[in-house]
Amino acid sequence: MFAGRVALVTGGTRGIGAAITQALADNGATVAAGYNRGKASAEEFALQMEGRGARLSIHQGRVDDVNDCNRVVQEVMDRHGRVDYLVNNAGITVDKTVRKMTAEDWQQVLNVNLSGAFQMTKAVLEHMIERGSGRIVNISSVIGETGNVGQANYAASKAGLFGFTKSLALEMAQRGITVNCVAPGFIETEMVAAIPQEALAKVVARIPQRRLGKPDEVARVVRFLLEDESSYITGAVYAINGGLDM
Amino acid sequence: MVTGGAGGIGSAISTLLANDGASVAILGLPEDRARTQTLRAQLDGAAKRLHFYESNVGVYEQCREAAATVVREHGRIDFLINNAGITRDHTVRKMTVEEWQAVLQVNLSGPFFMIKAVLETMIEQGFGRIVNISSVVGESGNFGQANYAAAKAGLIGLTKTVALEVANRGITVNAVAPGFIETPMTKAMPPQAIENAIAQTPQQRLGQPEEVAQLVRFLLDEKAGYITGAVYNINGGWYM
Repeated sequence: MFAGRVALVTGGTRGIGAAITQALADNGATVAAGYNRGKASAEEFALQMEGRGARLSIHQGRVDDVNDCNRVVQEVMDRHGRVDYLVNNAGITVDKTVRKMTAEDWQQVLNVNLSGAFQMTKAVLEHMIERGSGRIVNISSVIGETGNVGQANYAASKAGLFGFTKSLALEMAQRGITVNCVAPGFIETEMVAAIPQEALAKVVARIPQRRLGKPDEVARVVRFLLEDESSYITGAVYAINGGLDM
Repeated sequence: MVTGGAGGIGSAISTLLANDGASVAILGLPEDRARTQTLRAQLDGAAKRLHFYESNVGVYEQCREAAATVVREHGRIDFLINNAGITRDHTVRKMTVEEWQAVLQVNLSGPFFMIKAVLETMIEQGFGRIVNISSVVGESGNFGQANYAAAKAGLIGLTKTVALEVANRGITVNAVAPGFIETPMTKAMPPQAIENAIAQTPQQRLGQPEEVAQLVRFLLDEKAGYITGAVYNINGGWYM
């Protein structure tokens, strides 16, 4: 499906990002997966993927550092010659109620989750415009629509992605570039595993399907949006949440 | 089951699903029988998987009968696509009560009747996929379409409610909200209105029925099980 195509997935070696990397590689794409910390586990992931016959490269960098963004995109261009798809997936949480949240806690999450997507987009956009084609998918969150106790920074960053997505979609509408958001609910990842067990049980009880989603299920939505045939879909937010807070 | 499955977007959905191996029950009005025949002629091996059932979705009895016949003849109903829709455009000042009622009956009550008619079968199966074809107009409103916009917005409420009610039964319920798609319905619009619609669409083009059909097929997949109660837009950026 994606033979000859190159995807850049930020945070692409863990959690939902790893599932996206895998889904795209399994469908023939060459994938450049970004990571920040955890060099050893990123390398192990790359080895595993290569074992499955994937064409993959991994790139260390911080999406909240504009120099890193530009350098990584340059690495990907040098190595693979093009970028067809950008998946802004990298995200962090620093959970505290607003009363206890410091300005640094706030800034750090905004910088990675929201400014990171902007900076990565800036780094690939001219290239996509020159080629007259591209797909950008931003991984937002159901929390961006509903808010969540202790996640003012995360919710603001994820809601911010909706505004960013829609504005960029408008700007790129006549350039063959679509820009969309996927908004997952609670997915079985390390990030969700870090939620205290009792709190997690309460979350699951609120999900109409009574289960967490799987990273693969989110990856399928991303893959669909990247297809050539999906070109009339732009500025959209596709939720996948088992019925939570529709 | 695809209601209005021989119409503009409907025929693209029916054809795609039949080509992918599904047996497709097209529900339609008498004139859709001939259209189904035309669709069959365009297909090769898949032609034998297109079946026509005459049924007005605005009449509950006819929905129940059609669903019962499909179960009798095919043994099961995995997918329901509520796609049948009509327009009776007038500004509210000129819109008659009959025009309001007719559009609500087909576009909103029709999906409710069809869901009622298939739901017990899906619950027994422990599996089902329901996709309601709403419209961008249900989110944005549109000049001269109070009835259509109300029906299509109502469909989103119906979608989310049924999604909640059957969430733990292996059944997902979602809505697809297309923008302006090149169909006989949009071709019937005054040329100036079509031009305006294109000019207002950031991508500066109408969508194709096949593009909507791809999205419907994506939601029907067994692997799409965690997507429920969602509204997926496909509109070239017209409304975000």
